Amino acid sequence: MKAHWSQGLHQLFKQQGIRQVSFVPDAGLAALIGLCEADRELRAVRITTEEEGIALAVGAWLGGDKSVLLMQSSGVGNCINMASMLSACRVPLAMIVTMRGDWAEFNPWQVPMGHAAKNVLEEMGILVTRADREEDIVPLAEGALRIAYNTLRPAALLIGQRLLGAKTFDD
Amino acid sequence: MAAKVSKGEPKALDRRAVVRMLLANRGKLLVIAGLGAPAWDATDAGDHPLTFPLWGGMGGAAAIGLGLALAQPQRRVLVLTGDGEVLMGLGSLATIGVQHPRNLSVVVLDNERYGETGMQASHTAFGVDLAAVAGASRALAARLGRALPSRYLQAGPAAARGAEP
Repeated sequence: MKAHWSQGLHQLFKQQGIRQVSFVPDAGLAALIGLCEADRELRAVRITTEEEGIALAVGAWLGGDKSVLLMQSSGVGNCINMASMLSACRVPLAMIVTMRGDWAEFNPWQVPMGHAAKNVLEEMGILVTRADREEDIVPLAEGALRIAYNTLRPAALLIGQRLLGAKTFDD
Repeated sequence: MAAKVSKGEPKALDRRAVVRMLLANRGKLLVIAGLGAPAWDATDAGDHPLTFPLWGGMGGAAAIGLGLALAQPQRRVLVLTGDGEVLMGLGSLATIGVQHPRNLSVVVLDNERYGETGMQASHTAFGVDLAAVAGASRALAARLGRALPSRYLQAGPAAARGAEP
């Protein structure tokens, strides 16, 4: 049986020396969050809104910890002003963003932020790559983590909704 | 010193003096000073390589302190911030409550005003009680009275840990 991409990302976090993982719960990230919470070498921090995760990452970096912030695309909009700190203070951060409002979305409320997520991130100076095939997730995440922590800037990987499987109204 | 942080006490604190007192024997204390007056207060107490004053990211000071406290569990972390900033990031008190770091203290200089923008009233001027919010979020919380900072370095998380007058 093929390993779920969450296992690959969890292993990647370990290999790259990530110490803190913050998240707002999300269906697409549930398996990865579970792996991080079960790992005593990682500090999994549930946050109430995604901008908290940006601030948390700044503090973690001040203390010498590398961190990853997990969120759904709707959370990108919550981060905008707080993301100013990343460029103002040259703080690195890797973000993993699961897309909604993307392929076959059923909920009209998800579409505006899903549509805008990539541009919003880029406008705030965050490097963006996107995975639309499962086999690309871990290599692209590795690229995001390495460019973030080697060049001291924020980088985000978007994971497409077609890959994740779109929810339906009946789900 | 004559001290007032919370409503209903007779004399206002001199915030610069309070922060100087808090930082007087800081040792290796790591300090995050929130934007607005707390950053000026901390700077007035003396530039220090272990102080990180903020000039943006409003609402983030407590969460920055949390990330730092988790990264440096053997060091004490003090967040100095104001009521306006804490109100913008109230959820971070709940996040701190869940993580429960024993090395983090958050001191809120609650003047019930947005000082940088012209002293407009904040929600605390209308009775919102930040110490109560912090206490309900699993932090040790207290309004600081005249005996102000004597115990703020006790095991946290403390929103403001002090003896009542």
